[in-house]
Amino acid sequence: MYLPFFYELRRRGLKVGAQEALALAGALQAGLHDSSLDGFYHVARALLVHSETQLDTFDQAFLAHFKGVETAGLELTQELLSWLEEARERPDLSPEELALLEQLDPEEIRRMFEERLREQQERHDGGNRWIGTGGTSPFGNGGFAREGIRVGGKGGRQGMALMQAGARKYAGYRDDLVLDTRQMAVALRKLRAFARDGSPDELDVDETIAATAKNAGELEVVTRPPRRPNTRVVLAMDVGGSMDPYAAVMSRLFSVASQATHFKELRIFYFHNCVYGKLYATPQLTGGMTIPELTAQVGRHHKLVMVGDASMAPYELSIRTDAEGHYKADGLEGLTWLMQLAQHFERNVWLNPEPLGTWRSGTISVIARVFPMFPLTVEGLGEAVAHLTRGRTVKGVAARR
Amino acid sequence: MTPVPNPVRFKGTDSYLTNEGLQAAVNCALTLQRPLLVKGEPGTGKTLLAEAIAQALGHRLLTWHVKSTTRAQDGLYVYDTVQRLYDSRFGDGDVKDIRRYIRMGPLGEAFSSPERVVLLIDEVDKADLEFPNDLLHELDRMRFRVTETNDEVAAKHRPVVVITSNNEKELPDAFLRRCVFHFIDFPDAELMRRIVAVHHPGLDATLTEQALKVFYELRAFTRLRKRPSTSELIDWIAVLKSQGVTDIKLDENLPFLGALLKKEQDLVSVAEAFGRGRRPRA
Repeated sequence: MYLPFFYELRRRGLKVGAQEALALAGALQAGLHDSSLDGFYHVARALLVHSETQLDTFDQAFLAHFKGVETAGLELTQELLSWLEEARERPDLSPEELALLEQLDPEEIRRMFEERLREQQERHDGGNRWIGTGGTSPFGNGGFAREGIRVGGKGGRQGMALMQAGARKYAGYRDDLVLDTRQMAVALRKLRAFARDGSPDELDVDETIAATAKNAGELEVVTRPPRRPNTRVVLAMDVGGSMDPYAAVMSRLFSVASQATHFKELRIFYFHNCVYGKLYATPQLTGGMTIPELTAQVGRHHKLVMVGDASMAPYELSIRTDAEGHYKADGLEGLTWLMQLAQHFERNVWLNPEPLGTWRSGTISVIARVFPMFPLTVEGLGEAVAHLTRGRTVKGVAARR
Repeated sequence: MTPVPNPVRFKGTDSYLTNEGLQAAVNCALTLQRPLLVKGEPGTGKTLLAEAIAQALGHRLLTWHVKSTTRAQDGLYVYDTVQRLYDSRFGDGDVKDIRRYIRMGPLGEAFSSPERVVLLIDEVDKADLEFPNDLLHELDRMRFRVTETNDEVAAKHRPVVVITSNNEKELPDAFLRRCVFHFIDFPDAELMRRIVAVHHPGLDATLTEQALKVFYELRAFTRLRKRPSTSELIDWIAVLKSQGVTDIKLDENLPFLGALLKKEQDLVSVAEAFGRGRRPRA
């Protein structure tokens, strides 16, 4: 019965699988949902959602699958009415009961119906179908709660599941929104890698044992250098012009990157729209070094992160300059400079704050062919970092992706 | 994992108030015997939840505080090679018996405990990225092998595992799939009133109302770097009570603001905003 709900969740990008389905089936079999839609909402949320970033998606899917908040009340009432009719036709009702039902006013019918529901709930306990034609509580619960009467008679709740889902309290935790600093730091932290380096001041137990054994039992202590971060990053950011709307997110990215302690080396450069032979040391485009200088100084294993909207007038990609950034007819085109960077660094990415929908056209599509391009969101940054770490020998992070 | 047929239902304790969502999550974890992963703002009672579960079920609580240097192996057992080397060199004790040098970690202790225990793995995100992955098998099967002695430590009773995270690192999917997840919401005013009543019974009603009003106004003040949370409110009221403060309102003379706000900039910006009598946007 809940399987369509699973596919609704998957359609919305919540990767629930067989493991979750089995867990939920187990929980429902054990009756954890108390045969109510509210209970089902909480149980399903606990088992199917794995992170607060998914809570909003879950709420939306729940809403969509179990109808909308606005219509829920109305449809539930209709459902109740049809159940009432059905109840009258049921052969297991005695004629006295039927007669009683006929002459009752609406209030009393409701009361009778409440009793019937409760009876059915008890009878169906073994099967424990959380919802359905059997007439267990969920619909009754929801419908009556709206009228101020509860079928299950349980007080002190936070509100109906649909109401709760409809409030969309968790919208702020979605991970496809643009990043905050903490989330950025979390994403960047994945970039780290370690190597043993520096003065040997850590006890190497295995080597000590081996050396002691070789030494005929005389204790011989062997030390080794501790693990130190070993990631080197070159970060180049587009400033000014079309990037102004993204100034806030750029400055956050900058502060996170410069605070990160897990890089062995971090070089930050700036450029305007496209790279013309030179990367600058300040946002005012002063200082810095030329591309040939940079590629001579830093090795292929540095990770290059370009950040920019990659949007400009098409001719700007083909302006010819020398390495100092001066116009020169026999210089290299802007796009060629970008290609040089992309070719030098084995691992490079371009982070783009522009929405994905605009990527298929203009200069973005051209630059996306030079650099692997990722959106500047939590998800995108995560993918970019995964791309940067792929192919390195340290096991774990890359293998998990 | 077969569900326990007739599990004890968790309903919170006298001093730990819950809502339906949290109860459902805890009961799922108890029934399905899966670890419960709790996230939420600092100060919303993630760590206290484990104590409350232990208290409600009458089990012993074992705590494993994870630090940045913690390795998964530390939770299982530690083989004290240095002590053994030392003993072999200086002739103290029986070096032949490796078992004397195996010390159980919190997880190992929970497995080998004769009765069911509650195990709290606190702030799992503090450790290295690989940490949760290294624990997958042990948490799944609730058993591990001590390689040095080839002894198997298997749980007689699967411990109730509660894991808290502050979101400093993302946890691997494979790990998440095995957990029951709950995100502790920040309590609304109604629940907060009950929480305050539990911690400060018999507190003057007007003071409670005033304190809550100020508290939620402060939380709504968007310029704060670190918003005050439940535990800070409880502390603050304790200070107010002990100093006999009876009347408070949000202005520059708010007493003991330091108990609520922990950052210098926050104190400055609050003083700026309310010193001139301006009210924050609610």
